[in-house]
Amino acid sequence: MARVTASVYTSHVPLIGVAIDLGKTEEPYWKPLFAGYEPSRRWLAANPPDVIFLVYNDHATAFSMEMIPTFAIGTGAAFQPADEGWGPRPVPEVVGHPQLAAHIAHSVIQDDFDLTIVNKMDVDHGLTVPLSLLCGQPRAWPCPVIPFLVNVLQYPVPSGRRCFQLGKAIRKAVESYDQPLDIQIWGTGGMSHQLQGPRAGLINKEWDNRFLDRLIDHPAALAQVPHVEYVREAGSEGIELVMWLIARGAMADAAGGAKPRIAHRFYHVPASNTAVGHLILEEQSKEQTR
Amino acid sequence: MPLDKPYLDIPGTTIFDAEQSRRGYWLNQFCMSLMKPAHRARFKANEHAYLDEWPMTEAQKQAVLARDLNAAIASGGNIYFLAKIGATDGKNFLQMAASMTGMSETEYREMMVSGGRSIEGNRVTGEDGDAQVHHQPQGSGTPGWEKGKR
Repeated sequence: MARVTASVYTSHVPLIGVAIDLGKTEEPYWKPLFAGYEPSRRWLAANPPDVIFLVYNDHATAFSMEMIPTFAIGTGAAFQPADEGWGPRPVPEVVGHPQLAAHIAHSVIQDDFDLTIVNKMDVDHGLTVPLSLLCGQPRAWPCPVIPFLVNVLQYPVPSGRRCFQLGKAIRKAVESYDQPLDIQIWGTGGMSHQLQGPRAGLINKEWDNRFLDRLIDHPAALAQVPHVEYVREAGSEGIELVMWLIARGAMADAAGGAKPRIAHRFYHVPASNTAVGHLILEEQSKEQTR
Repeated sequence: MPLDKPYLDIPGTTIFDAEQSRRGYWLNQFCMSLMKPAHRARFKANEHAYLDEWPMTEAQKQAVLARDLNAAIASGGNIYFLAKIGATDGKNFLQMAASMTGMSETEYREMMVSGGRSIEGNRVTGEDGDAQVHHQPQGSGTPGWEKGKR
């Protein structure tokens, strides 16, 4: 059977993608940030998943104002990097996993989460920047990726509580898939940032780090935090952090199992307008936690 | 029963809710059209004419022409859609964000490198933080930005 082996959390700032694509990662501005992901690249190489289930939000790329799904799963065979106005990023196409994606959609919808099923769309920096951060610049991404999109653009966006519950349903779906696949679930976006208005540039290190602490140790309580706290404390775009709760809800301890192990934790300010947070949690058996 | 909007007292911040979305529908759809190179070219060739093809309000068109993102947001624009205008002009998110604060790009970039804008005084309207209405504009920036090459 398939299983969830780890969850990865990272910001997905578009300018990070530009820095990678233009070979600027050694510049003084960027060097500390990319140094913080070096252990992650080694970790991913040592712990290669069969499939990455990647939770992110579309930034007015695949979805315009014509339709705005709250939760959407990419069930297509392949997804192309989008032209977001500067031309597409020079990164590989994203190969999907239609069988597993369809299985998860089936299971999760039967668990009362009304997903939108997307067979054709382009994927933007929200999906490709996390892949670049952990994989570098390969000719092909190391494994199939299932894109999972969350509306965090138009209010009301789904609550942290709903995202956490959805994570649990995704775990259940993965564990009922009849193939021996190792799945990683990635939650992306955040941390504190605001891109609009006179309050643009807001960074709240204290709140961000407390979010990381709570995500690790008290995710169910963190899931009760209302939207307005994210917006007030972490900026209007800090609301993206609710997506991290989907990945966190997919870990064993949310379903009464063992607590995950922290493989890596990193925090850096700034990348463009944004505080960058990053965390890797590995599944452990009950025996390992003793 | 009125809808619960607990976010209305956050200074310098507009939440893109269903009401803003309805107000800004055509403005945002105009922005979305700039995802296509041919549309970008037509817009750059004659901004007024291109804008007149969209059923936007005059205030929305003026906000676009002036690259006044605060005015565009007030009239229903969403930053991720408005960013397509910036992309058309070759501007990144940092430059666009700076333009909404009254800071020059350099001033804003320095604020970010120094750890970003503080939350202190900026949680609720009526406090004394730098994002509050009585502290605008915040720097020596000029509104909007230089448009892309024609």
